[in-house]
Amino acid sequence: MIWDRKTECMPRGEVEQLQLERLQSTLNRVYRNVAFYKKRFDRLKIGPDEIQSVQDLAQFPLTMKEDLRESYPYGMFALPLREVVRIHSSSGVTGKPTVTGYTKNDLHHWSQLTARVLAAGGVTKDDVVQITFKYGLFTGAFGLHYGAELIGASVIPMSTGNTRKQALIMQDYKTTALVSTPSYALLLARYLEKEGINPQSLSLKRGLFGGEPCPESMRKEIEERLLIQATDNYGVSEVMGPGISAECEHKNGLHLYEDHFIPEIIDPQTLKVLPPGAEGELVLTTLTKEAFPMVRYRTRDMTSLDYSPCSCGRTLVRMKKVLGRSDDIIVIKGVKVFPSQVESILLEVEGVEPRYQILVEQVEGADSLELKVEVNERVFSDEIKNLQNISAQIDRKLREIVGISAKVKLVAPESLQPANGKLVKVIDRRKK
Amino acid sequence: MLRVESVSSFYGAIQALRNVSLHVSPGEMVALLGANGAGKTTLMKVISGIHPVSKGRLVFVGQNIAGLPAERVLRMGIGQVPEGRQIFAPLSVLDNLILGAYVRFKGEGKKEVSKDLDFIFELFPVLQERQKQRAGTLSGGEQQMVAIGRTMMSRPKLLLLDEPSLGLAPLVVSGILQTIRLLRDRGTTILLVEQNAKAALKVADRGYVLETGRIILEGETEDLLNNKEVQRAYLGKEYREVWE
Repeated sequence: MIWDRKTECMPRGEVEQLQLERLQSTLNRVYRNVAFYKKRFDRLKIGPDEIQSVQDLAQFPLTMKEDLRESYPYGMFALPLREVVRIHSSSGVTGKPTVTGYTKNDLHHWSQLTARVLAAGGVTKDDVVQITFKYGLFTGAFGLHYGAELIGASVIPMSTGNTRKQALIMQDYKTTALVSTPSYALLLARYLEKEGINPQSLSLKRGLFGGEPCPESMRKEIEERLLIQATDNYGVSEVMGPGISAECEHKNGLHLYEDHFIPEIIDPQTLKVLPPGAEGELVLTTLTKEAFPMVRYRTRDMTSLDYSPCSCGRTLVRMKKVLGRSDDIIVIKGVKVFPSQVESILLEVEGVEPRYQILVEQVEGADSLELKVEVNERVFSDEIKNLQNISAQIDRKLREIVGISAKVKLVAPESLQPANGKLVKVIDRRKK
Repeated sequence: MLRVESVSSFYGAIQALRNVSLHVSPGEMVALLGANGAGKTTLMKVISGIHPVSKGRLVFVGQNIAGLPAERVLRMGIGQVPEGRQIFAPLSVLDNLILGAYVRFKGEGKKEVSKDLDFIFELFPVLQERQKQRAGTLSGGEQQMVAIGRTMMSRPKLLLLDEPSLGLAPLVVSGILQTIRLLRDRGTTILLVEQNAKAALKVADRGYVLETGRIILEGETEDLLNNKEVQRAYLGKEYREVWE
């Protein structure tokens, strides 16, 4: 179903006019209200008046996650806090968290956008939607929650964890739509198989997956094991949360909601804008956000854009499934992990070297993380108890700071083999 | 129907419009809001060809009309109800209305014009009663009706209304705006300039907020009513607070 036919099927010419209008007004507002942008634009001697067409956006500077951190907490808000009715925040992975705010209108738009996502995935008012994203500072659960309510579906705000209970509720409450990460869907499938619950006995019809990449092979596996239709949706916490783009039933790319966001594809090395169809890093500019507008935010996600019409009738551009990142962030169970974080944790632990290797694998559909760390000579010949202590310490810190747990393996000094003189820090063996 | 693309305009050295873009779709009623001196009237005059465009494009039903003289623009189907009504005070109501049809008179003849006259009188029955009266002797609200009626006599595809509520009592304002809404419901596309944001947003479909020559907001009327910038523009009050 198409939630907002008037907009989602808008003629291309109208899309561009609307984007131009909204881009100009957004830049006028950020230039006036956000010191960060004003300073940057002034330094480059450019301003909102430079925008004669949407393509002129390319002259403006890119915004990075680091900029958001430096503006912690409210430095990049375009309105005083009393206009803000909701605050979300990232986990604060490598340092300070990034904080985003929403006005009443922002929340209204956000609900509309996630309603588009859910409707594109087949959700109607007759569905029972089980949301297994974490309710809290993360944007995922709340975003889709409000969209589902707007459609009129029955929402079960399950939050994460407790697979046994999730499965029980899925059976008893007759869940028809699952909102989760793709890896959690596989974990659920595995649990059901283990418990001898036939997916055919469930009411489940569809799954809407986001929060981490969902390659085609993974989608197929989910669809086959849970007997559902699986669609992918995409969000960026710093930009909006979920509700940026989503697949329709044709599953040939994610329709990006261009009336609210302008996508650009850049070469992550040269930072030049690439022509339509070329693969590169996705850069997003918000067009309607009031509290926390974003100008040219580097998502670090690698994708490409396809402007050709889709058989569903939507005219908005389609982005390819995001399958990689332009830097070395690894996404594990939906959590972004930087190798540098791991490094800083290891530096705090006595007796180990900051020489490590992260091994990511998919074990029965779920991400599993193994961390091999070299210990120094002294510790290596120490008591087993001490070694166990050290690995427990690392695991605890990983959980506290990064938010994931890992199988920590302490290895002998100099035992990790560098390839071509450089130690490979991340080995990702997940299916691509 | 109308598409304004990155338009700038000057009064001598003073830039009144900076890179303004907006659009009005067929059948839509769009409100253009802003405080005094924001550039609303300039934009109206630029669209109707009275004031020159220095940069940008004005596309009306697929044709660039930037630089065309006002009389051509009128014949193409853009009719403006000017700010302050600007009716011909010594002339009768009827003559004022008939004058509005002068672009059509030659081609279509008296019959068509009198048909439209009936339509205007149906819209504003009070004007029929007073058709013989000198327009200058009417009340402010009635004069506004004459001004709107006069422009409608040219059968515009797009009706530009500049501050129809100016200087009118609140009750009269709501009556006038209801009539404008009726025109829209009957198929006239409308761009309405108003300082009275609340009243305008009650009847419009969508709106833009202009501030010192720049558009700072675009949105559905409901969104604009919820927006503090609009409330600020509407109140004409500048507030800026540090929120640390």
